[in-house]
Amino acid sequence: MDKVYSRPRLLKKTHFHYCAGCGHSIIHRLVAEVIDEMNLQDRIVGINSAGCSVFAYNYLDIDMAESAHGRGLAVATGLKRASPETIVFTYQGDGDLAAIGTAETIHAANRGERITAIFINNAVYGMTGGQMAPTTLLAQQTTTTPYGRDARLEGYPIRVSEMLALLKGVVYVERTSVDSPANIRKTKKAIRKALQVQLDGLGFSMVEILAACPINWKMDPLESWQWIGKEMTKEFPLGVIKDITGQADAD
Amino acid sequence: MSVKGYIEINQELCKGCQLCIAFCPKGVLALSDKLAASGYTPVSFTDAGECTGCAICATVCPEVAIEVYRG
Amino acid sequence: MAKVLMDGNSVIGEAAIRAGCQCYFGYPITPQNELTEYMATHLARRKGCAFIQAESEIAAINMVFGASLAGARVMTSSSSPGMSLKQEGISYLASCELPAVIVNMSRGGPGLGSISASQSDYFQATRGGGHGDYRTIVLAPSSGQELADITHRAFDLADTYRIPVVILGDGVLGQMMEPVEFKHEAPEELPVRTNALRGAKGRPSRIVKTCTSNPSEMEELNWSLYRRYQLVREEEITYETFLVEDAELIVVAFGIAARIARGAIKNARANGLKVGLLQPITLWPFPSGKVEELANRTKCFLVFELNMGQMVEDVQLALNGKGEVFFYGRPGGVISTPSEVFRVISRHYYQRGLKQERNGQGI
Repeated sequence: MDKVYSRPRLLKKTHFHYCAGCGHSIIHRLVAEVIDEMNLQDRIVGINSAGCSVFAYNYLDIDMAESAHGRGLAVATGLKRASPETIVFTYQGDGDLAAIGTAETIHAANRGERITAIFINNAVYGMTGGQMAPTTLLAQQTTTTPYGRDARLEGYPIRVSEMLALLKGVVYVERTSVDSPANIRKTKKAIRKALQVQLDGLGFSMVEILAACPINWKMDPLESWQWIGKEMTKEFPLGVIKDITGQADAD
Repeated sequence: MSVKGYIEINQELCKGCQLCIAFCPKGVLALSDKLAASGYTPVSFTDAGECTGCAICATVCPEVAIEVYRG
Repeated sequence: MAKVLMDGNSVIGEAAIRAGCQCYFGYPITPQNELTEYMATHLARRKGCAFIQAESEIAAINMVFGASLAGARVMTSSSSPGMSLKQEGISYLASCELPAVIVNMSRGGPGLGSISASQSDYFQATRGGGHGDYRTIVLAPSSGQELADITHRAFDLADTYRIPVVILGDGVLGQMMEPVEFKHEAPEELPVRTNALRGAKGRPSRIVKTCTSNPSEMEELNWSLYRRYQLVREEEITYETFLVEDAELIVVAFGIAARIARGAIKNARANGLKVGLLQPITLWPFPSGKVEELANRTKCFLVFELNMGQMVEDVQLALNGKGEVFFYGRPGGVISTPSEVFRVISRHYYQRGLKQERNGQGI
């Protein structure tokens, strides 16, 4: 028999600190596979962020740097402007990219920075124990919305992908999920496409990935993966939100 | 002629999330009856000759604990 | 080369370009906008260079972090309220041992404050400024020429010690126009630092991080930074002195206050008062040793700053009881005149009964 699947080369040989069923573990693996398949490890730098994935550099065997909470896209901007041949991506959660980092996110996208954002949306703040995120659903219970998110008090969940799609500098945004084998494969394709957009120098690219947070959603892993399809996709529809790669010209 | 498959689950990495059991189309996986040193109850490969090496288990495994063989 | 007449803010920009500055990220704030605009005009289109007017001072300092990661010489600038925004980013730069030059053309505060010059960011600059146990080198120019020379030196210091360097100027220095000679030419090729993060080509992958789940690791980083700070203390302390050899009273002042003090001291000398000036150039590391040495001969020190009393504490610490310290300050953006400072000097001089020069010779 031939071995048809084993650990990706660029995933360090260590166990994940993430909870059982966590979306980060899946997505780290996909990122490692894509970078290896695209042969980018010699010229890629990942910028990780505050949150459960602050230790992403312990797993991905590429150059990585930590950014201050929320500032990943500003750090990536500085790095890319100083070294345009380097491929730069951020790996950020919903608090990092859509709460504290909102300004940096919008303006990096607006400037059409040739960088890629990998945005993990699990509708909650994982690392700090399950508080409300900008993407928490209405009526969803979190530790800071113990009575369920109330639109009058806490506003509505933000659709970051749709918001950024309004900006001309944004060339490709897709929302995927990691809750089934088919969706995991689609996510890998989207990550690959987003990095290709950067390689082609076309503009800002982002993949928003709906991921499970079983512990803070107070569900077991399978239940949490099912909740993505049942509830999250009602608020955050999957699919390509914007793709103007056909019209945009490479510099 | 059907394709045969075989998998190996790293018992130290497995966190017993049971996603592979849920998604396996052939039902060849089940919770082990032993605790791992990590404190998790890992999943084991019960194969009764049904595995086709489709690698769906490896695709959904968050821990990258599964290696898949096919032939 | 010939001298040029330029406003202080633009001098910093020109000196930075000549030092090989590759990237500048900033946000408009009075009284330093001429610097941001100078870089937009003169840096933006240089080969391999980048200028961004960022969306905030926070974004700007994080872009600095990114460019420094990539091994580039990089600068940002702001004024007091904007410097407060940058503190987290500076803490991260210090933790990751990333060089950068950060210019503060300080203004009156606290809050949005006044747009006039003040020196009330001394504590913020010299005590790290952000959270955590770290320091940045702090340089205090007092003239257009010093702005040019110090800006060039700042980039070299930052790269040598892998430490952020703060140039603590103020609104008056930024706006005033003086003849300046630029002693360096812009380099043909821009420098790339040896530990730049641009992809793991031909080497194992590298991590730059500030977070650890292991306190001992954090402790070791802190000790290592402190060993470096000791080295900076040994090698880089800089100051100017003016007429201290026979002084009965020494004024200690930095930046624009030192300029004003010089005028007051010339006046004092013309009136037979034996007054001198110690002007620290490096505010961190502070020239404590020089203060202590001067106190062997002189017992009266008058600290003059445009704030409520910040550097005076460092002078007191340095003296350690060996001399008397007086303080005179104006906060909020009010600028003293030389005659005002002369009045203060002479009042203290006479009250202490210090020796005067007979037939006081003017200078």
